[in-house]
Amino acid sequence: MNNEPSNENKIRLETIDLSVFYGQNPGVKNVSLQIFDKQVTAFIGPSGCGKTTFLRALNRMHDLTRGARVTGKALIDGTDIYDPKIDPVTIRRKIGMVFQKPTPFPTMSIYDNVVAGLKLVGIKNKSLLDEVCERSLRQSALWEEVKDRLKTPGGSLSGGQQQRLSIARALAVEPEVLLMDEPTSSLDPQSTNRIEELIGELKHQVTIIIVTHNMQQASRVSDNTAFFYIGNLIEFNKTTKIFTNPDQKRTEEYITGQFG
Amino acid sequence: MTGNNLTNKKISLSPSALYGWLGDRIFAYGIFILGFIVIFTTIAMAVSLYFSGTEAISKFGFFGFMTGRVWDAAISMEFGTWPFIVGTLVTSLAALALSFLPAVAIAIFTAEYAPKWLGYIIENLVNLIAAVPSVVIGIWGIFIFTPWVRDSVYMPVYLWSLENAPTLTPILGNPAGYGMLTATIILTIMIIPFTTALACDSFRMVPKEQREAASALGATKWEVIRMAVIPYSRGGILAGAMLSLGRAIGETMAVAMLIGNKNTLPFTIFGPGSTMASVIVNEFREAVENIHLASLMAVGFYLFLISLVVNLVAAWIQRKYAITGGRAV
Repeated sequence: MNNEPSNENKIRLETIDLSVFYGQNPGVKNVSLQIFDKQVTAFIGPSGCGKTTFLRALNRMHDLTRGARVTGKALIDGTDIYDPKIDPVTIRRKIGMVFQKPTPFPTMSIYDNVVAGLKLVGIKNKSLLDEVCERSLRQSALWEEVKDRLKTPGGSLSGGQQQRLSIARALAVEPEVLLMDEPTSSLDPQSTNRIEELIGELKHQVTIIIVTHNMQQASRVSDNTAFFYIGNLIEFNKTTKIFTNPDQKRTEEYITGQFG
Repeated sequence: MTGNNLTNKKISLSPSALYGWLGDRIFAYGIFILGFIVIFTTIAMAVSLYFSGTEAISKFGFFGFMTGRVWDAAISMEFGTWPFIVGTLVTSLAALALSFLPAVAIAIFTAEYAPKWLGYIIENLVNLIAAVPSVVIGIWGIFIFTPWVRDSVYMPVYLWSLENAPTLTPILGNPAGYGMLTATIILTIMIIPFTTALACDSFRMVPKEQREAASALGATKWEVIRMAVIPYSRGGILAGAMLSLGRAIGETMAVAMLIGNKNTLPFTIFGPGSTMASVIVNEFREAVENIHLASLMAVGFYLFLISLVVNLVAAWIQRKYAITGGRAV
């Protein structure tokens, strides 16, 4: 297994022998990999391979699931995310997440959705909130479409717009890392395009990890790709290498469509 | 290949030939008849109540009877239902106001904070309150709750007001124990389970994604509840509150046992009062005069109308605030 793609970039996030168990069953087994700063890393693999499970371990989402247990280490800038002294809330403020389904808060307006994370930390300054709202919506390429109706409910937007709203909300708190769990799987091709473009623009500012079941998407948006299979990390490499000349036979079989 | 032929034959049938089976029709008619019986019974009840009370309504007028402040079954035989409407609305709305926050708080604790076994116990205990016959709650109220609340709450407050705030005294009224406040407190306890049960259910139906979305923004447990759980379940919470209100409006036995049964306004806080339900249950046995009985029937009719309005408002509120498919409608 080649775990070290040649790269001078700084390591932002690193896992060492990370496993996730549901009850007694391991969902992910002993995964060690490095996520590089300001790059896009894609997790690919067939359904049930553990890519989402692994992603959710990176911001302690498993804490919310009864019976889920994580072992091993996950370091962000050298600090262990699972250190008992560390509050998962502070981790999640650093590591934002966008989900498979768009998740606007249905009773909140577009504006309130975007600044929800800021209000949580007690920011009440109206002009600051306005500024962050505009900036985040511009970053997520939604500003032009909603600038005249910021007070309307977030649920009134189309699916693609809702997903960009979810991204804007995640960006508003200026996370260092953004986890995206199949962010385009419930969207039409046009919205998918917008979000892929967005990822390309955002990677200059944040470190992005994207789970996708769409290999073309992984090859289009990512710098590095990790291939998971039945809970194991099979190969982690530069995206160009994975898609042209993978080291592992199973990676090759998967990307050429022989199973999955 | 017979199986294949059979499938083809079935598929080529027209839908009416395929689904027009006898069993299908019998089921459809049966359901229709059962549904119709429910509607018919309700309408028939309202109409027959109206006609039984027609003597009173035509004598005092539809609105005259509703707003009449005198209820005298002894001498003048004049009847008006206003004091009872006031009594019903004041006790039930006050009970709703008092029960709402505790009920939601219990629901939040059971559904979100308590460990599974404890939540299970609390939920069943709360439901048990709803299952206790109201006459049992009434007799507990008479012999245990009322003497206690009279001696340790009403009397001290009343004596304090006599000395320090004499203007309050007439509003407080006679601290005999039986009265509006006692009935309201008992009603509050009786209706908590309805709000709690519906709120609990709707908390549990909040999609996991909503909770996770709030968590992912760095929300603490309480912030997740405030940001994602409560807004999402507001329809269910309000539905529970409306169900509670309906229950409070119609509650008869416990109220009749504790409210003190005074038929004329003004009602005071500690002093006795009456509700529409309590006057019916207290007086139907003694209603020898036709006009008295017709008046009680008419009170029943108005109570029916008020319940109907509450239900319609409840349905409207629920539609307005329910969240379907991630959209606030």
